[in-house]
Amino acid sequence: MQSERNRKKWLTIILFLLPSTIGLLVFSVIPIVYSLVISFTDWNGLNPWNLAAGTPDFIGFGNFKSILEGEEFWRVLKNTMYYIVLYIPLILIASVLAAVLLNNTYKAIGLYRVIFFIPVLTSWVAAALIWKWLLSDEYGPINAILSFVGIDGPAWLQDRIWAMPGIVFASIWKDMGFFALIILGGLQAINPTYYEAAHMDGANFWSRFIRITLPLLSPMLFFVLIMCVINSFQLFPQVMIMTQDAGPYGSTQVMVERIYKFAFKYYKMGYASSFSWILFVIIFVFTAVQMKLQKKWVHYDS
Amino acid sequence: MVQFRFMKAFSLFLVLTMVVVLAACSGGNGNNSGSNASPSVKASDTPKESSQEPSEQASEEPAKEENVTVKFGNFSGSGDTAKYLTQMQEAFQKEHPNIKIDIETIAYGDYFTQMQTRVAAGQAPDAYELNYENFVSYAKKGVLLDINPFFDATQFDKSTLNAQALNAFSADGVQYGMPGSFSNVLLFYNKELFEKAKVDLPTKDWTWKEFDEAGAKIRALDKNTYGVFQPIQFHEFYKLVQQNGGSLLNADKTAFTVNTPENVETLQRIVDRVLKTNIMPTQAQLSGVGDWDLFKSGRLGMIVTGVWAFSDFMKNVTFEWDVAVEPGNKKKATHFFSNGLVINKDSKVAEAAFEWIKFLSSSKEAAQIRVDAGWELPAVTYPDVLESYLKLTPPSNRQAVFDSLEYLVTPPVIEQFGEMADILGIHLTAASEGAKTAQQALDDAQKELTDKIKL
Repeated sequence: MQSERNRKKWLTIILFLLPSTIGLLVFSVIPIVYSLVISFTDWNGLNPWNLAAGTPDFIGFGNFKSILEGEEFWRVLKNTMYYIVLYIPLILIASVLAAVLLNNTYKAIGLYRVIFFIPVLTSWVAAALIWKWLLSDEYGPINAILSFVGIDGPAWLQDRIWAMPGIVFASIWKDMGFFALIILGGLQAINPTYYEAAHMDGANFWSRFIRITLPLLSPMLFFVLIMCVINSFQLFPQVMIMTQDAGPYGSTQVMVERIYKFAFKYYKMGYASSFSWILFVIIFVFTAVQMKLQKKWVHYDS
Repeated sequence: MVQFRFMKAFSLFLVLTMVVVLAACSGGNGNNSGSNASPSVKASDTPKESSQEPSEQASEEPAKEENVTVKFGNFSGSGDTAKYLTQMQEAFQKEHPNIKIDIETIAYGDYFTQMQTRVAAGQAPDAYELNYENFVSYAKKGVLLDINPFFDATQFDKSTLNAQALNAFSADGVQYGMPGSFSNVLLFYNKELFEKAKVDLPTKDWTWKEFDEAGAKIRALDKNTYGVFQPIQFHEFYKLVQQNGGSLLNADKTAFTVNTPENVETLQRIVDRVLKTNIMPTQAQLSGVGDWDLFKSGRLGMIVTGVWAFSDFMKNVTFEWDVAVEPGNKKKATHFFSNGLVINKDSKVAEAAFEWIKFLSSSKEAAQIRVDAGWELPAVTYPDVLESYLKLTPPSNRQAVFDSLEYLVTPPVIEQFGEMADILGIHLTAASEGAKTAQQALDDAQKELTDKIKL
């Protein structure tokens, strides 16, 4: 009797788990394992597998070796780093500012949240097309505004040096709302008694912000930072649409763009798989280092 | 014990689920490509004995055969042109009532990604369209059917097709496809700007010299008017170097010859148009405005572009314009672009698929539909069909389209075509922006291509 009941219970559990398990297997686990296998081959993504005839050829670490020894990988990595160095500080400042603004607004807060959040919901294709126009040299509003202040704006997306900053602007506009919302959540969870006490002690706005707000926000900032770094390494649609493939002289060639081209344009699926595993390792290492470093600056309110 | 039986039941259950899921997947695929497939799909799925070896009578009396369905994948029949493809399909099915054509159209942007996945999964359509650049990659990877046996079996008259176009779809001596349509590139010019600048109109005998001189005079008209536009990219470059007596590969295609003096001179010439004389706008001056738009707005004297611009320009250009054969230098060379039709190597209905691509490629009916619709050019040689094409104006010098055929050159045919084009493209851009000298850019390109491309 007992076992009969037990069996029913298990069956229910399994039935409930099955749909998502199958989804996970078919769309994540199997492809991941598959791509790992492919990364050790020279498969072109076109020929059906026929191991007897030697297609694809297993070449061990050949792909990894030629990627890491070639100049292309390091150039692309440098482009990504350029993006990260510009993007991370700006997005952190922008989203904290937006969150503080939202937090101090009592009227029509819902409306403001919507305004900040709309870009997040916009598809990258639409957003990138708009930004392409905004950043256009002769006809773009951004250079028009700059010229009012007497600055002769560059041809953003057509210039080797300015193409990446142009993409950073678009990314910040697009991502800010999401991160601001997370930080806003953190701000609203801060116990107001801290501020009251500080106020009594005569702390001004700035020192309250530095001494109370930022430390108590640090868990949210930590999350935002990790997400931003991961996102940055996966930079893709902006590059493809705004700078038509890879920008002037390949200046916006980045990892995912390369992976896409190798896999679907150059018929080098094995090479592309190796590239994506290298990308995975890079992201993993960066995240692990940040996890390690968090002890130094992240404070959990207990 | 109970535990054990339970495990057994569970594993059976898992297996069943897997089977159901797999069946659903493949069923889904089948439905995808044949959404309005009739019950005759079944018949087509069972392999016929004769399908491997095309027999002569099959093509002459196809009606005797059982009904078959040919799946046909294409990208050029998307959007406005879909109705013309349907017209062709109807005309074909009238002649071959036993062959049902199941058209599957995928937008160009997704086409090659999807096709690649499907070819690898063994799910490719029986016949499909490939542009010239991708054709080579597919042919060399052995996923296409040799159609020479079909030519022999049906005693196909090759003279109905433009020889160069037909030849383009063979690789290593094997005919892997037939040209569906083709197009070439001409010199388009704004007559009114020429008259304003008091320059003689372009003729068939023009060389780079006349081209540049006319461009300079038009550029001098005013600050916002440019003389010429010819994109600095791979496709223009492989042709331009041939106009100057150079090439990208040596004769037997075993080594790159990218940085020869002729090629450097060619690149220098086109870079000077941008950076030195500025008769052609820089990327910044263009600032995201399309080259066609620049021409249509009347701010551009000459543009080198394809005949696919005709329908747009006929509708949207308000001034007088015409075309001429593209100028050459040491010799003439003009572009060739073509969309080919191929058959999947594993197709069970290869014979019927061949009938269909033969119809699309070489029949008078299909060619006439194409010409009437202004949908690229059929690669056929029927004089009356071509005559009706010539009657359309503007441009009044439509004859230039055919005159150009005498100088056709094809892009260098290699397996890693896409990668080669991208690599060279990047170095060309570097030169056109003044980041590198022409010599330096081509030296770098030569080195990178030699490193990365297997010839």
